[in-house]
Amino acid sequence: METAVHIQKQAELKRAIANLSRRQRRSEWVIRLVGVSLILALWEAFGRQINPLLFAPPSRIVAAAVQVVGSGELWKYLSISLKVFLIGTGLGAISGVVLGILMARIRVLDLTLEPFVIALYSTPMVALMPLVVIWLGFGDQAKAAVIYLFAIFPILLNTYQGVKSVDPKLLEVAKSFRSPEWALWGDVILPSSLPFLVAGLRLALGRALVGMVVADLYTAVSGIGYLIVRYAQSIQIDRMLVPVITLSLLGVILVQGLRWLEVRVAPWQHSSHD
Amino acid sequence: MTIKIRVENATRLFLGGTVVAFEGISFDVYANEFLCIVGPSGCGKTTLLRCMDGLIPLSAGTITLDGQPITRPPEKVSMVFQHFGLFPWKTVFANVAYGLKVRGAPAAEITERVSRAIELVGLKGFERYYPHQLSGGMQQRVGLARALATDPDVLLMDEPFAALDAQTREILQEELLRILEQERKTIVFVTHSIDEAILLGDRVIVLTARPGRIKTVVRVPFPRPRKLSVVRADPQFGSLRTQIWELLRSEIAEAASVPP
Ligand SMILES: Nc1ncnc2c1ncn2[C@@H]1O[C@H](COP(=O)(O)OP(=O)(O)OP(=O)(O)O)[C@@H](O)[C@H]1O
Ligand SMILES: [Mg+2]
Repeated sequence: METAVHIQKQAELKRAIANLSRRQRRSEWVIRLVGVSLILALWEAFGRQINPLLFAPPSRIVAAAVQVVGSGELWKYLSISLKVFLIGTGLGAISGVVLGILMARIRVLDLTLEPFVIALYSTPMVALMPLVVIWLGFGDQAKAAVIYLFAIFPILLNTYQGVKSVDPKLLEVAKSFRSPEWALWGDVILPSSLPFLVAGLRLALGRALVGMVVADLYTAVSGIGYLIVRYAQSIQIDRMLVPVITLSLLGVILVQGLRWLEVRVAPWQHSSHD
Repeated sequence: MTIKIRVENATRLFLGGTVVAFEGISFDVYANEFLCIVGPSGCGKTTLLRCMDGLIPLSAGTITLDGQPITRPPEKVSMVFQHFGLFPWKTVFANVAYGLKVRGAPAAEITERVSRAIELVGLKGFERYYPHQLSGGMQQRVGLARALATDPDVLLMDEPFAALDAQTREILQEELLRILEQERKTIVFVTHSIDEAILLGDRVIVLTARPGRIKTVVRVPFPRPRKLSVVRADPQFGSLRTQIWELLRSEIAEAASVPP
């Protein structure tokens, strides 16, 4: 058939393009590696000149990391925070998606809730901390609530946008095949707004990570926040930086992981470009 | 001849009545006939089909299917879209199965009917492909299979081959005729191509420029089963073509001289 050849040609083209961009990517990596090593070297050189009470060069941080990680201390405190993090973001993601779809599909909800959602999205959540503490105290519940507040709005708004941008032609196809509204959610709305959803999740995870540390610091000081505070108070800068770097690594991994997923959840969107 | 669909005095307005898509249209679609509709761009052909599928209501008049007024998409009517309207995240199989799934058909029945529809449109072996992996012609075959899978009495087709290149288009016209030999259906087929209307249709309704009204109904005399090459070679083909072209030309000229 016409298409067997067509598909094969497409595949060849794709391979050629992949080859080219691979070579380009390799040279980019070389530049990046050299640059990063240079900066680390400078940091090391200057870091050694400065009073160790105020600053730490990479070598000392690595040594501290070996101890903090090796002793199991890091994981002990990180896992406490992560548990709350997962609960807060999980609940935030689920309710964000459901609310986002409801708002986008039901006119009354759309018109009434939108001002509140926009206002809350723009509110610095830290400002609500005292209220959360009054309502829920200092425990894990309060912490999860804080993370939830940090996480829900980007997901809600992205889902909302995604649902609003579902191709009306496809909705009409579904209607023509007599789909009831509830079936549209799974058949059309969710799959088509999946890229928006994942983008929302990516933003939410970044915010939730902030929420996690804020919660650790402003409610009962525990978890990874406690670790940071403890090392800071005993002026062990090198050790203090270990959980900090761990957090940024965690952020990078989560965000990059979702970026990776974002490209993959909707392969039909990307293959139309090549 | 039994009347399958009756359109009576149908009018559809848009934008609070400032745009009249079509006005006072009446015609019958007979059971198992192939009815083509041609008309200048913007004269309301798509809108008319959407009304006939129960997707949007008329502003005035009635449309009945087997004597029953159409108020929502009927089970026995399927639409084939110019833009194909395939779900990009579903495989060929899942796309074709869509109508049956929405209907809540049992899995065994879905498998059986979907396989049959896919085979009918010549896509056997492509069940697991995604739409973006297929050529335009194959995508519209999927659209056709999806419409056929629910075993409708009526197919509404809105310029289904307009987005395809000339050769693919011709192949699909042949295919459609072949399929209709096997599956008797009532077809309402909107097209911009006069050739296509004559090659495929039993009758051709020519609409006026917006607001669309019926200008003429032309009967196409060629017997079935038809072969496109034979019909093209028939001298009557040429004269019909000229006749419809003249009718349309005056409308298009008029449409061009009136601002929307
Ligand atoms: N949802 C809508 N809202 C407002 N106006 C509309 C809407 N749908 C169609 N129209 C208008 O109604 C008229 C008829 O549109 P329609 O798409 O039915 O024409 P058509 O005959 O299918 O045109 P074409 O041959 O270009 O496909 C056009 O002027 C169009 O702008
Ligand atoms: Mg149209």
